[in-house]
Amino acid sequence: MSDKILLAHGSGGQLSHELVEHLFLKYFDNPILAQLDDAATVHVSRFTFHVPGSFNGTSNLKLAFTTDSYVVSPIFFPGGDIGKLAVCGTINDLAMRGATPLYLSAGFILEEGLPLADLERVVASMAATAQTVGVQIVTGDTKVVDRGKADRLFINTAGIGVVPVGVEVGGDQARPGDVVILSGAVGDHGMTIMSQREGLRFDAPLVSDCAPLNGLVAAMLEIAPQAIHCLRDPTRGGLATALNEVAGKSGVGIEIEEHAVPVRDAVRAACELLGLDPLYVANEGKLVAFLAPEVADGVLDAMRAHEYGREAAIIGRVTEEHAGRVVLRTALGARRILDMLVGEQLPRIC
Amino acid sequence: MKYIDEFRDPHLARKLLANIRACSTQPVRFMEFCGGHTHAIFRHGLRQMLPPTVELRSGPGCPVCVTANADLDRAIALARLPDVILVTFGDMLKVPGSRGSLQAAKAEGADVRIVYSTLDALQIARDNPERAVIFLGVGFETTAPTVAASILQAEAEGLNNFYVLSLHKLTPPATRAILDAGEVRLSGIIGPGHVTTVIGSEAWEFLPRDYSVPCAVAGFEPLDILRAVAALMETVEAGRPAVVNAYSRSVRPEGNRAALGIMRRVFGVSEADWRGLGRVPASGLALRPEYARFDAALAFPVDPGPTREHKGCRCGDVLRGTVEPPDCPLFRSVCTPAHPIGPCMVSAEGACAAWYRYGGADV
Amino acid sequence: MCLAIPALITSIEGTSARAEIGGVERTISLALTPQAQVGDYVLIHTGFAIGIVDEEEAQETLRLLEELAEFYDEVH
Repeated sequence: MSDKILLAHGSGGQLSHELVEHLFLKYFDNPILAQLDDAATVHVSRFTFHVPGSFNGTSNLKLAFTTDSYVVSPIFFPGGDIGKLAVCGTINDLAMRGATPLYLSAGFILEEGLPLADLERVVASMAATAQTVGVQIVTGDTKVVDRGKADRLFINTAGIGVVPVGVEVGGDQARPGDVVILSGAVGDHGMTIMSQREGLRFDAPLVSDCAPLNGLVAAMLEIAPQAIHCLRDPTRGGLATALNEVAGKSGVGIEIEEHAVPVRDAVRAACELLGLDPLYVANEGKLVAFLAPEVADGVLDAMRAHEYGREAAIIGRVTEEHAGRVVLRTALGARRILDMLVGEQLPRIC
Repeated sequence: MKYIDEFRDPHLARKLLANIRACSTQPVRFMEFCGGHTHAIFRHGLRQMLPPTVELRSGPGCPVCVTANADLDRAIALARLPDVILVTFGDMLKVPGSRGSLQAAKAEGADVRIVYSTLDALQIARDNPERAVIFLGVGFETTAPTVAASILQAEAEGLNNFYVLSLHKLTPPATRAILDAGEVRLSGIIGPGHVTTVIGSEAWEFLPRDYSVPCAVAGFEPLDILRAVAALMETVEAGRPAVVNAYSRSVRPEGNRAALGIMRRVFGVSEADWRGLGRVPASGLALRPEYARFDAALAFPVDPGPTREHKGCRCGDVLRGTVEPPDCPLFRSVCTPAHPIGPCMVSAEGACAAWYRYGGADV
Repeated sequence: MCLAIPALITSIEGTSARAEIGGVERTISLALTPQAQVGDYVLIHTGFAIGIVDEEEAQETLRLLEELAEFYDEVH
């Protein structure tokens, strides 16, 4: 095989087959993918679930289905790469509905001239992540575009999972009185990427928090299968945007304590340097949960016992007042609106 | 973070606020000249915590907001030139000119890049010798010396593809213009701490001397701002206007002579057009003839087309401190951060953006 | 215009220096503060040091604020 992606790799002919056979199948190895059909049919009834709730045959099956595209640059960064991001991102979208993730698809758009070694590194990373989580990548696609038409590579992943019976987790389910728990420090991913950008580079002990959260969610649901009302992963737009989305969808107000939101020193410092607010910086391995107050302590303990929830903290509560808006109580004790992010947060000098 | 965290101590801040509340006897209105102060005040919720007798009014100290449409149009026209890389601080990217913003021009194919420092702009120039790299010089006396230093660096290296479009402006003349206009009664001015680190607290002596208005130079952490407010109230009570250096860990009476020297070596004083204030004499910085070859305005004469102001936009009045953002009929209804009509809503430290995002005092 | 943060100079080479805050490091220019030395805290604005932080004045200001706070406590 050549060591660079050529336009021919995307044409469906021999080179395309070689790429699938020698690269994708080598890593995403499973009997379903090996059939290489256009779409994969999967049987769910053979699998058991680790969460309580009865499962009485296929008529009770609630599937979660999601898709996302990943265009991050640079494609390799401290803590991960575009492939790990793609797998975790889709797994997390499923997990935020309380679903157990099962199967993923992976579509690649490759820029002509991309070194094959880079693609292999990305694919290996995706396989490794999928394996630790226990999902299979069962179907995929590859296209190649002219040099300059894709920033090295773009990935689309879609995923399906099963929501256990009785679990109703959704953006419109938060209710007044709910406790808001954040699974850990915010701003790590976005500031790590920012630090790699031309024109903004700085050196910091920053690492992307990219991680699959299905295990953490399963541990939380085990403690409280019905009392967790809403889960959200604060990706683009950061924690503030995710909170605003829930406030809007659920028609409730949310109050957050600024001092309770964990932020690493290096993230704080990097944000100060560039004039950014950590509450609006992207995360790829965090979740915010809205749950009934009676279960808060139990769920918090379960989160802290999990590797991706060690720094979990209660950061606020859901209220009836100021429905649809998020209010922040600043470190000084003043209350002010915490608005949604509009567009991109840009570094500033003023 | 040293020298930041200590000056955010909530315990001390609450005590200072209580002190201010207790000492407040008469209504006062202070203008925080600098947009960075506006931003800090809103971000930490200081407005809500000050007693109603202490009113804070935003001034024209947002270099993005006071950039005139014609100047922004010129920058956009430069960005559209073939073989030009327009390099800018992030603040300017989304500001609407007469016909769209730099971001819109970028979407249409112009090479517009954001940097944190002019040093990064120099690197872009080194990396792209066949293209002209034009740096959009926006900012007051805090920023102008850094741009001057980068021009000197370009000269020393013999870089011949680095240019600056200077839209830099000076703060004392703008403050004078506001007071001369006499449209808003001010009991005192909260002076810009980082500008003053460069120009020195003596630069504000004209305020008590010519206008009987006190000035407290303030840093940007909550304790700094509260200390400045308390100091202004004291001088108002005492009836003896003066300049108080409430940011003494950074500000000296004479400022930073090295920085001023470099700034004056490269830039000469010129008139400048300020949104809201119009043409203000001796308030801008232009490249001196010795550095003419770095001047983008000379090297790339462009016709940016007719200037259009947005009807109904009251940014000018907001910048002069005569109205507050909610008084603008477009505020929130038509003009929002997602669809801004004027720069005060776009800029991170614009008064309108601060009011919109942080909700004023009505939470 | 206004965004400048205090950082510690950890090393100097010519007019460049490494400055550190909260574990984040950046190369900055000392062109505007040629007298700055390793161990000084400087205010960084767009990658340039624009002034040196006077540590004594900083401590003095904090001391003053603490005194004001105590005074307020006593009076009330």
